[in-house]
Amino acid sequence: MTTKRPLSIRKPRPPADEACGSCHMGLRQLGIDASDWDYVVALAGNPNTGKSTVFNTLTGLRQHVGNWPGKTVARAEGGFEFQGKRYKLVDLPGTYSLLSASTDEEIARDFILFGRPDCTVIVMDATVLERNLNLALQILEITERAVVCVNLMDEARRKGILIDPEALERDLGVPVVPTVARTGRGIERLIEAVAGVSAGAIRTQPHRIGAKGDAARSVDELVALIENKYPGLPNARWVAMRLLEGDKRVENAIRRGELAESSANSLNQAAAAGTTGER
Amino acid sequence: MTPTTATAPDQILDRAEQLRRGLDVSFRDQIVEAIYDDAEDIASRAVQLGRAAGPTWDEKLDKILTSRIWGLPIMLVGLAAVFWITIVGANIPSQAIASLLFSFEDAAAGLFSALGAPGWLTGFLWHGVYRGLAWVIAVMLPPMAIFFPLFTILENLGYLPRVAFNMDWLFKRVGAHGKQALTMSMGFGCNAAGVISARVIDSPRERLIAILTNNFVPCNGRFPTLIMLSVVFVAAAFPPVVASLAAAGSVVSVVLVGVVFTLAVSWLLSRTILKGEASSFTLELPPYRRPNIGQILYTSIIDRTLFVLWRAVLMAAPAGGAIWLLSNISVSGTSLTGWVSGYLDPLGHAIGLDGVILLAYIIAIPANEIVVPTMLMAYTGAGMMIEIDSLAELQQLLVGQEGWTLLTAACLMLFSLLHNPCSTTIWTMYKETGSAKWTTLGALMPLAIAFAVTFAVAQVARFLV
Repeated sequence: MTTKRPLSIRKPRPPADEACGSCHMGLRQLGIDASDWDYVVALAGNPNTGKSTVFNTLTGLRQHVGNWPGKTVARAEGGFEFQGKRYKLVDLPGTYSLLSASTDEEIARDFILFGRPDCTVIVMDATVLERNLNLALQILEITERAVVCVNLMDEARRKGILIDPEALERDLGVPVVPTVARTGRGIERLIEAVAGVSAGAIRTQPHRIGAKGDAARSVDELVALIENKYPGLPNARWVAMRLLEGDKRVENAIRRGELAESSANSLNQAAAAGTTGER
Repeated sequence: MTPTTATAPDQILDRAEQLRRGLDVSFRDQIVEAIYDDAEDIASRAVQLGRAAGPTWDEKLDKILTSRIWGLPIMLVGLAAVFWITIVGANIPSQAIASLLFSFEDAAAGLFSALGAPGWLTGFLWHGVYRGLAWVIAVMLPPMAIFFPLFTILENLGYLPRVAFNMDWLFKRVGAHGKQALTMSMGFGCNAAGVISARVIDSPRERLIAILTNNFVPCNGRFPTLIMLSVVFVAAAFPPVVASLAAAGSVVSVVLVGVVFTLAVSWLLSRTILKGEASSFTLELPPYRRPNIGQILYTSIIDRTLFVLWRAVLMAAPAGGAIWLLSNISVSGTSLTGWVSGYLDPLGHAIGLDGVILLAYIIAIPANEIVVPTMLMAYTGAGMMIEIDSLAELQQLLVGQEGWTLLTAACLMLFSLLHNPCSTTIWTMYKETGSAKWTTLGALMPLAIAFAVTFAVAQVARFLV
């Protein structure tokens, strides 16, 4: 986790046109059984982008799906198994950003920050990609273990919108997988990317928000200070940004020592990864 | 690293404070701007708008469905259509299920007697517990099995946000949150779900208003009551050709009365104990999406219909037993049902109902679903002489024997719409608000309103007629 290698751009595969028979290959849906997991995976994204549909496809569960923003109010959990590893999947409430303080945003943000998922899947609506990028960029500031799932590709095509996943992948620095979760298209590649990021086999180099001027200088200085005090903290930059904004929740977390724990954990993880290749 | 961590928090926080003060423009503004710039930049490289952006079919559809003029009327017609399909569709299976289940009751009771089981056991189990269950299934299952899939189709299609869009100005005008239209829509399925969905409203004040008023839309436990009354009383008063339309129309009117009360009570709350301005919000109109049939069947049949029915069955079994006991234990020659309903009669009469109906409401506090079955069992009483296999016989019982009038039906519909939420909803209110005070208000205010409204209607009607 300490050394970053450039993201290996995977060769585009032929799209999985043969519908669901092949797209679930190697996937074992575990329903609500999320015990003895090897990895924790979070599903985040704007409201109404199809997170619950992705969740259902992966776990085989039947989380309520509705076409209206704000439907998932609490987080749901389920499990799946892929290539011998067990994954716990957590469906987070949809949010437009992580900057304000509403209840659902706090649930989502706290889980990504303190729940330390091994991979966060950022589900995006292909028809309004630019708007969805606002949240994606914020999540990438918190965690580098992320995969972007550009969902609703069928709706985008219907509206004549063309998405270039590779360009997006280059800019965001994490794997980008186009999907149509409703039919299961692209789900297999999504699982592979999630598995790769969770196991550390795919190294990411997430986009950093391009702050300018005195803001950028303040961030840099604070990051240096935080990294000095909490070596190995994976999201020092994000913490610095929250502190500069005067975020009480993050200030309290630091006072209570949650950050120190986080830092110790990730050092242990890095040590373990050094010997076994994964944790 | 250990020696430094002791003082680390303060050192970092102090430095952050200094740096924050030193900034020209607020850090948040700078970051938000940076995020927007980056997003625009990235999107410009990754997104290509292929064809010229003319209005797509769903944009055209939205122009009509959310227009100032046509939005609300289309909504009402749609609502009426859903109820009409439910009423027409539920009638036949309802009767089939009822006769099937009740014939089984007789057979089983006969078998028990033949085996020499004591009469009280046969009565309690088969004419009490089992009959309660049979009534709940016969009255509730058919309308739910039709209404829930229709509702789920609308939900998955993306119509609910359009409803919110059409009604948001009404809620704003009464000082509530526009998204309350969404939580209200969810209340049609189940008020407890509606109360939970109020989490989409950020402001605590407006969220409380949404929670406290959710009860004023009839949930699925109460629809069967409304539908039965509309069929037995309203449809019967019209020629057969328009009977089902009239019945659907009466259910729509009740729903409209519920919406009016939602708005009026929201207004009252936001002018008195929950004062404040309506906050503005952005509502995203999602694209229409082709509903997934399997998903719809699963959600509507398993998650909704069977879930609600199972809950009703759990409540109906003890209620059936209780009613049988009340009807068959006599004190000084009159059954307990007779005593209690006689005692409640004056109060019931004052609000256009009678003592038996009030007794049924008391027994049905755990679940509104079982009001009608409980009432019918109390009416048919100890003798169990009357077998009701069809709605016509039901009407005969209620009108011929128990002296029901159109006023009774109207007052019962209103009472059913407005009275206190079921215990599950009350418990959910408590969990969501964390306050005994608000929960008590949420439970008692509707009850008081229900009594006041039915009292007024009964008195005015009796004065005029």
